Amino acid sequence: MGNDPSYTNQDFKVIGSRVKRPDGVDKVTGRAKYGADHNAPGQLVGLFLRSPHAHARIVKIATARAEKLSGVKAVITSADLPDLTNGDAAARDILENCMARGRALYDGHAVAAVAAVDEQTAKKALKLIEVSYEVLPHVTDVDEALKPDAPVIHEDMYTAGVDPRPSRPSNLYNVSEFGHGDVEAGFAGADVIVEKSYKTEQTHQGYIEPHACVASVSPDGTGELWVTTQGHFTYRSVCATLLGMDIAKLKVTSSEIGGGFGGKTHVWIEPVALALSRKANRPVKAVMSREEVFRASGPTSSTSIDIKIGARRDGTITAAFAALRYQGGAFRGAIPGMPWAMIGAMTSFACYDLPNVKSVGYDVVVNRPKAAAYRAPSAPMIAFAVESTMDMLAKELGIEPLDLRIRNAAREGTRACYGPVYGPIGIGATLEAVKNHPHMRARLKKNQGRGMACGFWFNFGGQTCTDLNIATDGSVTLTVGTVDVGGSRASLSLIAAEELGIPYEQVKAHIADTGSLGHNDTTEGSRGTFSSGMAAIFAARQAIGVLRERAAIMWDIPVDDVAWAAGHARARGRKHSKLKPLSLAAIAAASPTTGGPIAGHNESVPDNAGVSFASHICDVEVDPETGSTRILRYTVVQDAGKAIHPTYVEGQMQGGAAQGIGWALNEEYVYGEDGRLQNPGFLDYRIPVCSDLPFIDTQILEIPNPNHPYGVRGVGETSIVPPLAAIGNAISNAVGVRMNHVPMSPPRILKELERRDAL
Amino acid sequence: MPKVKVSFISSFRAALGGADALEVEAATLRELMRTLVAKYPRMQQHIDAGVALAIDGQIYRDNWDVEIAAGAEVYLMPRLQGG
Amino acid sequence: MAAVLVTTKINGDTVEFACPPEETLLSVLRNRLGLTGAKEGCSTGDCGACSVTLDGRLVCSCLVLGAEAEGREIATIEGMADQDQLHPLQRNFIEYAALQCGICTPGFLMAARVLLERNPDPTESEIRYALAGNLCRCTGYDKIVRAVQATAKELRRPEKNKHRRKKA
Ligand code: FES
Ligand code: FES
Repeated sequence: MGNDPSYTNQDFKVIGSRVKRPDGVDKVTGRAKYGADHNAPGQLVGLFLRSPHAHARIVKIATARAEKLSGVKAVITSADLPDLTNGDAAARDILENCMARGRALYDGHAVAAVAAVDEQTAKKALKLIEVSYEVLPHVTDVDEALKPDAPVIHEDMYTAGVDPRPSRPSNLYNVSEFGHGDVEAGFAGADVIVEKSYKTEQTHQGYIEPHACVASVSPDGTGELWVTTQGHFTYRSVCATLLGMDIAKLKVTSSEIGGGFGGKTHVWIEPVALALSRKANRPVKAVMSREEVFRASGPTSSTSIDIKIGARRDGTITAAFAALRYQGGAFRGAIPGMPWAMIGAMTSFACYDLPNVKSVGYDVVVNRPKAAAYRAPSAPMIAFAVESTMDMLAKELGIEPLDLRIRNAAREGTRACYGPVYGPIGIGATLEAVKNHPHMRARLKKNQGRGMACGFWFNFGGQTCTDLNIATDGSVTLTVGTVDVGGSRASLSLIAAEELGIPYEQVKAHIADTGSLGHNDTTEGSRGTFSSGMAAIFAARQAIGVLRERAAIMWDIPVDDVAWAAGHARARGRKHSKLKPLSLAAIAAASPTTGGPIAGHNESVPDNAGVSFASHICDVEVDPETGSTRILRYTVVQDAGKAIHPTYVEGQMQGGAAQGIGWALNEEYVYGEDGRLQNPGFLDYRIPVCSDLPFIDTQILEIPNPNHPYGVRGVGETSIVPPLAAIGNAISNAVGVRMNHVPMSPPRILKELERRDAL
Repeated sequence: MPKVKVSFISSFRAALGGADALEVEAATLRELMRTLVAKYPRMQQHIDAGVALAIDGQIYRDNWDVEIAAGAEVYLMPRLQGG
Repeated sequence: MAAVLVTTKINGDTVEFACPPEETLLSVLRNRLGLTGAKEGCSTGDCGACSVTLDGRLVCSCLVLGAEAEGREIATIEGMADQDQLHPLQRNFIEYAALQCGICTPGFLMAARVLLERNPDPTESEIRYALAGNLCRCTGYDKIVRAVQATAKELRRPEKNKHRRKKA
C-alpha cells in the first residue's frame, strides 16, 4: 500500500469492466462544450493575417487603415509582443512561430492579428492591413535543404552535435547518434546485406476540432483562457511567459477536446488572442479555420531515410544502420534538446535484439510550419523504413518475415538501440500472437497480399496532481488535471472505485482548471490513464487512511484495529467482534462531527509508463489499373500492460491504426514550386472515411508494467507506428513492387507497376 | 555510497570527458546529476535542455528521487516527449 | 448589407432570427441561437461535423445559408432525444463506445438517423457509404459502424426495444 508504484498481482473488482463513460450523454446530445462552444460577455472576434510567402522579409506593416475601421478594437503585430523570453531559445521559437518577427518563415506564418466586434468587420480589417514583403529564396524539401547551395534559413544556425563546430551556418541544426557494438564488423560478418532509401511525406494529426480559445486579460494583470488543449497547465506557463504575466494570475480552463493527437500540446493562436484581449481590454474569441489548421498549426515531419541491415544465412541479424533526415519546419523542434530525428533514431531498431547497431539523426529546418508531436512522434516513418527493409531481408534469406522478426526480437535483458537494457517487454509475445492468429491463415486472391510489421513507443509519466473528495452521502469527486482525450475520466473513476471498494457509478471525475490544482503536465505520450491513474490510486489510499481514522473515532478504538476492505471499515480482532462494518457512506455521513471533510490528495511524478510494442497484420488488394489500394482486413496486436477499460484500449488501437492507414495510403502535404501549401483542406488532404476501412480487429495482450500497481502501460500511441510498413509489405506481397515513398498513393503505385512491367 | 556505472548517448560524450561510460557514486538520480555536474560542468547545458535516466530499462524523466540499486544498469539520455 | 429576417422551425419550435444574407446556417445555429451541437470542422462541406437535416434531408449546415431556412424544418442534435429518453442511436453510441473525443458524434448521429429512417436494414457497406461524408479521426469507425448495426437491429425488434427503454 502507500505510494509504492510496484506491480502487485491483485484481483480486480471493477478494473477491466466495460462501463459507460461519464461524459457520454453530454457528447451525444450536443451539450458538451468544446473550444469554440464558449462565449464571454462583450467578446470580440480575433482573426489572423498570414504570410502568403514561404520565406520573406517583412519590410513594413501598415495597420492604420485597419485600426480606423469602425468596430475594430485592436490590431497587433510582433511589436505588441515584445521578446520577454530571456535567452530561452525554445520559448523564443514559440513566440516567433505565433507571430512573425521581421521575417515570414513559411506559408501561413502569422504576421498580424485583429480583434473586432464581429467576424465581418474583422475580415474587412485584415484586408486593410498592408504588408510589404521582400520575397526570399525558400526550401521546403528535407533533402533539398541539406544541399550546399540551399538557401540558409537561419544565418545563426550552426549544426550542433558535431565536433568540431562547423564554420558555416546551414539548415542542419542537429546531429545525434545512438547505438552500440561495431556496425562495420557486423556488416563484414553478414552473409546478406540489404540497403534501401525511403521518403515519407508530411502529415497532419487531422483532429476534427480546429484550435479555438476565448482569451480575456484584465488591466489588473490577471487573465483567463478557455481553450481546447491537451495540457492547460503547460499552455498557462507558456502563455504567461510570453506575455510577461505571473503564471498564477492566468487561469486556464480546458474545454472538451475534439482530438489532439499531439497537435494540441503546443500553443498557436492562444498567446496572440491574449495579447489582443490585453490591448482591446475585451474578451477575444479566436478560432482557426481548417485552412489555418493545415497551414499554420503543427504537422509532423517529412523524412528521408537510409537503412542497411545485414544478417547471416540463418537469419541472425549481425548489424543494422539507419540515417534519418527529418524536417521540423522552420524552427529547432518543439521539444528543447529533443529534435524529431533524434526521437526517430532512438526508436529505429527498438523492436530488435542487435549486437551492432547505429542510428544517426539529422534534424533539418525548411520553410514549413513548425512541426508538432503526432502520436508516437517520429516513430512511424522510421518504422516504415526499418520494417520494409526487414521484409526485403527475409525475402533475400528465404525466411518468413514473421520468423525473421521472431528470431531477432528484443527480450528482457536486450540492450535497446537507444541505450538502456530492457526489463520485461512484450514484442515477443505480440509476434507469437500474430503467428497463432487466424488472420495469418486466411486465404488471399489475385492482387491481394498480406503484410505485417512491428512498432514501438516509449510512453511517459510526468507531473501529476490529483484530489479525491468524499461527499457526506458517500459519493466521490475525483479531480484531475490531465485533459481527457479519449475516455480517461471513465478509466480514472474505475481506478478510484477499485481502490475505495465502491461502485463505479459512485465516482464522478472532473478535469480541474489551473486555479484548482497544482501543475499537471500535458496529456501526451499516452500518459493520461497511466499518470493520473497512479495519482488516483495514491489519493484514494490516502483517503482510506482518513476513513479508517474516522471509523476508529466512531467506534472509539485504536486506528490500528481498523482495516479497509470492500468499501467498508472493519474492526480487526476478536475483541471488536460486535462492531459491524461501517460503509464508506456511513463514515462520510458522520464526517462533519469526526473532523470535517474526508479527502485524499496526491502530487507525484509517476515516471515509467512502460515501453509498449505492437504487431499489426494487414491484407490489401491493389487495383493494377488504377494503382489504388484497399484494406481488406486489419488486425492489431498490442501489449497494454493492463487494460483498465478494454473497450477504450481497443478504441485507441483502432484509431491509431486508422491514422496510420491514412498516412500510408493518402495523406500528404503538397507544396508547390512557390513554397505554398496546395492542399490545406479535407477535400485534397484526404483522411480515411468510413467506407475506406474494414473493421479493425484487436487483440490486447497484458504483460504487466512492473512500475504500476495494476501493471498499466501507456496504450495510446504505439498503434500508429506499424501500419505504414504493414501496408507497404502487403502491397509488395500483392503485386510485387516495393514501395519506398509514403503515401503509397495510386500514382506512386502505378509508377512502380509500370517499372515492374518494363523489366 | 554505491558506485554505479553510467552509460549515455553519444551526444553527451563531449560534455562528459569523451569516455563511453563513467563510474559515479550516487544513490539517486538527483545525486548522480549533482556529481556529474560537479565534475563535468558542461553537462549542465544538457540537463537544462532535459535529460532522462533509464535504470534497468525503465525510463525516468522527472522523478529524480528514484533510488539506484547497486549493480543497476544506468543510462543517461535526452528527455523525451510524446503526442 | 441589410440583415434578412427568417422564420423557421428548429426541432419543432418556431424560431425567428435576423442574419446577414451571406451568413451560413451553421453560424446562425451556433452563434445566434446558441445551438452549438453542430460543430464546425472545415466550413467547406468535407467533414460532416455540422450535419443537420433540412426538411428531413441531411445537409452540411456550413454549406446552407441561414436565409435558406425560411419556411423550412430543421432538426439538430439538440432535438434528437425524446426529453429524457435518449434516441436508441445515442444510447448505443455510448454503449458501444462509438465516440472518443466526441466532436464528430453529433454529425454521425444525424447522418445515421437519416440512414436508418430510409433503410432500416442496411448492410455493413451501406452503413459505411452512408456515413462516408462524416469524418472521425479518433475511432477508425469500427465502433461507430457497430453502434449503428446494433441500433438497426434493435429498431427492427420494437418489442425488445421497449423493454430496454424501460430499463434505461
Ligand atoms: S463544417 Fe460543415 S462539413 Fe465540415
Ligand atoms: S470521436 Fe473524435 S473525431 Fe470522432
